[in-house]
Amino acid sequence: MSILIDGSTRVIIQGITGREGMFHTRQMVEYGTKVVSGVTPGKGGQRVDGIPVFNTVSEAVGTTGATVSAIFVPPAFAADAIMEAADSGVSLIVCFADGIPTLDMLTVSHYLKKKGVKLIGPNTPGIISPGKCKIGLMAGYIHKEGSVGIVSRSGTLTYEMVYQLTRRGIGQSTCVGIGGDQIIGLSFVDFLELFEQDSNTEAVVLIGEIGGTAEEGAAEYIRKRVTKPVVSFIAGRTAPPGRRMGHAGAIISGGRGMAVEKIRALEEAGARTVENPADMGEALADVLRGNEG
Amino acid sequence: MKIHEYQAKEILKQFGIPVPHGGVAQTPGEAREIARQIGAGKTMVKAQIHAGGRGKVGGIKDASSPEEVETAAEEMIGMRLVTAQTGPEGKKVRKVLVEEGLGIEKEFYLGVVLDRARACPVFMASGQGGMEIERIATETPGRVLMEHVDPSVGLRPFQVSRLAFGLGLNQAVMGKARSIFAGLYRAFYAKDCLLAEINPLVLTSGGELVALDAKMDFDDNALYRHGDISGMRDLFEEDPLEVEASRYNLNYIKLNGSVGCMVNGAGMGMATMDLIKLAGAEPANFLDLGGTANVETVKNAFKILLSDKNVRAILINIFGGILRCDTIAKGVIEASRDVGVDIPVIIRLEGTNVEEGRRFLDQSPLDLVVAVDLKDAAEKVMEVLERPSSRGGNG
Repeated sequence: MSILIDGSTRVIIQGITGREGMFHTRQMVEYGTKVVSGVTPGKGGQRVDGIPVFNTVSEAVGTTGATVSAIFVPPAFAADAIMEAADSGVSLIVCFADGIPTLDMLTVSHYLKKKGVKLIGPNTPGIISPGKCKIGLMAGYIHKEGSVGIVSRSGTLTYEMVYQLTRRGIGQSTCVGIGGDQIIGLSFVDFLELFEQDSNTEAVVLIGEIGGTAEEGAAEYIRKRVTKPVVSFIAGRTAPPGRRMGHAGAIISGGRGMAVEKIRALEEAGARTVENPADMGEALADVLRGNEG
Repeated sequence: MKIHEYQAKEILKQFGIPVPHGGVAQTPGEAREIARQIGAGKTMVKAQIHAGGRGKVGGIKDASSPEEVETAAEEMIGMRLVTAQTGPEGKKVRKVLVEEGLGIEKEFYLGVVLDRARACPVFMASGQGGMEIERIATETPGRVLMEHVDPSVGLRPFQVSRLAFGLGLNQAVMGKARSIFAGLYRAFYAKDCLLAEINPLVLTSGGELVALDAKMDFDDNALYRHGDISGMRDLFEEDPLEVEASRYNLNYIKLNGSVGCMVNGAGMGMATMDLIKLAGAEPANFLDLGGTANVETVKNAFKILLSDKNVRAILINIFGGILRCDTIAKGVIEASRDVGVDIPVIIRLEGTNVEEGRRFLDQSPLDLVVAVDLKDAAEKVMEVLERPSSRGGNG
């Protein structure tokens, strides 16, 4: 089992004829993802590795019955691409663009709520249910099918965690990046809920970072609703205030969003936090062995 | 992106918000001339730097004649202001804002910021103007008025009413207040701000509402559609190494430690800084190479890190996924040879083709210390710092 995507998920790629879109489409298809069509306005009728390209998302969805759209269009056009997908019948959108204007995302966020469509990202490495389906930028082979769910604000830290787990023989149910921007779609809480409901997920890893209060929200939810063990790492204890640390959302402002507060909240909620990212895998192995301490 | 007070006031003026009469000067002579044109008795001279807390350290002065303005400007221009927000190195004053002095009856705080969790702007107002909003919130909890704005309909008149009546403004200034509140919200949205703040908005003894100080922070992601705003960027306010790094499209933030780091990914970048600290050293920087760590990006990163004379060792921490470790290793070797790296480099590679990558590094004649995992990397950083330094011991 897994959350949101599995072996039968049918995916379209917006921006399939671009450099990034084409590269990652190939990687995804190679991993076994069912990419059924692509969209690039003005290039309808072409094919990319045999995958039909359409001018609009509604054509692509209507013709191929896709339920998920993966968006590889540049930041300036990505907000519109998300809304087009939401208006065309898919139920889940994954948007990779890094650099969408924040205020555009406010419009997108409210539009998606009205449409009842879920969004992962933007500025996300995507989502993978190992052995079944990959809609993301991650190297597929480092993953192993299993029962640990990973939700993270960071791409490379997720890869790091996956690698540490896989090397210990511990597999993953689903790994997902929620995105590094200020305004994002599905949150830590949404994924914690999905992992809690997923019968094949036994433990959850939550990787957070400075900025905003998403981790505090997650801690509150863990305290109230999550029965599965949670292991957590928060990046940015040494980050200076007022500076954006690579991710648009990673900023301590007005004394809020500091790592220490997030770590404290998660610990108080019963999550196991690790200080050194090198210890993430071991901490999880420990938790699976039944040692909570 | 941040701008100066005088620039923020120019923008607010475009949105119909009254600001004091005045102008910006780069020399004491210009300052005197502006004071003469304003012709007011009391005149304010305000240092223009990208940091608050100026008043307490001599960055804001009042004068009663153009000659006094000139003297004040002479003292201020060229001086290094160290405020609570600048850090110990302070910021050099290059411009002053010369403005008419106003008789102040009352001060208010107005600000529009983003509420990340609710995905909407929030308009905040308080009757305790003149201090930072964080302090206002701590000192008068529950007294900061807030209106969350539905971005699809914008700030509604009824919300402006709640704010204006909530501040206890009287009927005589209600119309002016409404136009200022609406103007600030429009400015926030039209210019893609992350923060638009008037602090304080003052009620003058003449019954006018005037923006006495203003602060704006813009969304870097939206600068491409605001040529006027990008043109306001003041490179003098930024660290020279950060400016250079931005030319190479590197995400670099200078810190004060002695261990430089070079990482792929923002989260991993922060985690690597944390790791250096855990090992007992201080990180010299944050640097995210981005998704493509090729020879060129690594070379540029080396150049930036080596320009920081406090850096005594460099830690490279890269997780190779689709980009293979052997390719990264070759890139690092080539870049460090070309750039002539003269300090120890600890490199920790993990991921695709890692064995081959490590073999390349081990065989290289360069002073590359290969770490097998994150723990080992931290230990090796400490080991090399204990060696006698080739760059003098100012770490």
